Amino acid sequence: MTFSMQNAKCRISGLRRLLFWVWALPTINSALCTMHFALSITIVWRRFAPAVLENPVNKMNFKRITLFAGHYGSGKTNIAVNYAVKIKDAGIDVCVADLDIVNPYYRAKDSEDELQKRGIKLISSVYANSNVDLPAIPQDMYSIIDNKETFAVMDIGGDDRGALALGRYAPSIIEENDYEMFFVINKFRPLTPDAESTVEVMREVESAGGIKFTAIVNNSNLGEETTAEDVLSSVSYAEEISSLTGLPVKLTTVKSTLFNELSGRIENIMPLNLQHVRKYD
Amino acid sequence: MAEKVLMKGNEAIAEAAIMAGCRHYFGYPITPQTEVAAYMAKRMPKIEGGVFLQAESEIAAINMVYGVAATGKRVMTSSSSPGISLKSEGISYIAGCDLPALIVNVQRGGPGLGGIQPSQSDYFQATRGSGHGDYHLIVLAPASVQEMASLTFKAFNLADKYRMPTMILADGTMGQMMEPVSLDMGEVETYEKPWALTGTNMEREHNIVNSLSLVPEELEKFNFERFEKYKAIEENEALCEEFMMEDAEICVAAFGIASRVSKNAVLEARKQGIKVGLIRPITLWPFPKKAFRAAADKVKAFVSVEMSMGQMIEDVKLATECKKPVSLCNRAGGMIPSPDQVLNAIIEANKGGDK
Repeated sequence: MTFSMQNAKCRISGLRRLLFWVWALPTINSALCTMHFALSITIVWRRFAPAVLENPVNKMNFKRITLFAGHYGSGKTNIAVNYAVKIKDAGIDVCVADLDIVNPYYRAKDSEDELQKRGIKLISSVYANSNVDLPAIPQDMYSIIDNKETFAVMDIGGDDRGALALGRYAPSIIEENDYEMFFVINKFRPLTPDAESTVEVMREVESAGGIKFTAIVNNSNLGEETTAEDVLSSVSYAEEISSLTGLPVKLTTVKSTLFNELSGRIENIMPLNLQHVRKYD
Repeated sequence: MAEKVLMKGNEAIAEAAIMAGCRHYFGYPITPQTEVAAYMAKRMPKIEGGVFLQAESEIAAINMVYGVAATGKRVMTSSSSPGISLKSEGISYIAGCDLPALIVNVQRGGPGLGGIQPSQSDYFQATRGSGHGDYHLIVLAPASVQEMASLTFKAFNLADKYRMPTMILADGTMGQMMEPVSLDMGEVETYEKPWALTGTNMEREHNIVNSLSLVPEELEKFNFERFEKYKAIEENEALCEEFMMEDAEICVAAFGIASRVSKNAVLEARKQGIKVGLIRPITLWPFPKKAFRAAADKVKAFVSVEMSMGQMIEDVKLATECKKPVSLCNRAGGMIPSPDQVLNAIIEANKGGDK
């Protein structure tokens, strides 16, 4: 526009310029009014609508806070990141909070660019993936707890020692009562090969975190070598844990290449599309 | 075939040690090896005779290892770079007493406190003995979680076989990464230990485990005898993996995680028509000299890929008697070289050799 105005050939005469503004001003005004109206509605809606139940886009019934905890190395971080993408894809603004105070490497921080690309904010300690090993909790964690308009996925460190970080937030989360806490299981981890040992870990995590699980995520896998048979063989393991604890198996997560082969054969299956790529292999 | 499990490298070390009959673990936490201690803390109390003890320091831990080793029981400790420096006095005592024990070093960037990211800059420390005096450790360098397990198992056998301390030299990446592992480790080798302090029951002469010699001639004799043993180990125990070396004109030397990066670079260079191969030392001491000496007669140049300022490169030069040029491709301070960086080093070495 600026360029063409300066171009002599395109110069508009005084009358035509006047006519243009006579047309343009009310149009712009009305557009602004509409935008302002929409904005006010949004603000009013955001302020007064309960975050979850009456949110028109929340057809999947996501809770405001989703927590992933469980045994060390069961795959919590990867699932948390993918689950946040799932919430975002449903049209809900969400952020990911990295509460892992156990792992020095392979953290949610590795997926920060991918999350940012999708408009998902990562709340993580300034020391994550740095050269110091300070088991610090991110300073803006309370913004998730206090700001009831935000949806959040929380990635909790492994085992009872990882779940300790949750203790200070647990009372607020329980009081608000708009959360889902997933227990992530993998039968191919050597210390949780059967239902009993897995449930033992679950009780330890619950008592350290001061909060109870609401559902199970079956993430049984052998990394890159996982086959469809491996996943199918873990169904009875997950069901046994379910019957021991009374918690439903709400999701079975698989690497994306197995999704087509397994969908329809296992209920509530979710592909892990976002994978942390190792630079050295 | 045993069913596979998904493990962290550090956990694989701990489980393989238990399978090898190790019932005594003494350690002090340090990133990035803490999972070895954490796993032992969970497992040992559930095993008959299992002892896990978090010592008050690395120095205390290695001296506890020294004590148990003197009784002939399988024993280990683990740490990361700064902790191994602290343990080095004790390691020298263990070597000076000819005692079998396993020391695991999951390396991080240095020197000093350095950082927690992976590194290979303790190569000199590991292969040159780490502590004071004339001695060696058998040093094994795993390059996968599977090898973290199998080489740990092997290290206990070698330690007993030669009555000397052995070391697993891994790095933070190897310790933290997860891969499927088969825990089918084979047979535990058992050795007679008539020297062990097990109590005489007043039925035999008492044994003495000690590294102090009052007579210099005697101490000299012990050193010569020990080095006769080392000669036999160099002859019999050197291990390496050769990859695409049959027609190679360029040889990449790399161990541990650096060898995995290098393998990718070798495959990429092959696509570009460069005849390149890789020798991956599995034992760093004894260094696989024969393989390098043989390669020196065939290739026109070597590239040593290391996560240090260049330490193994000295062994490559010694083994090849400097017959061919050896260039260094490295990152340091906790950084991992990229396959592209290694590829460029291969391309450069290939150009240089044509001159």
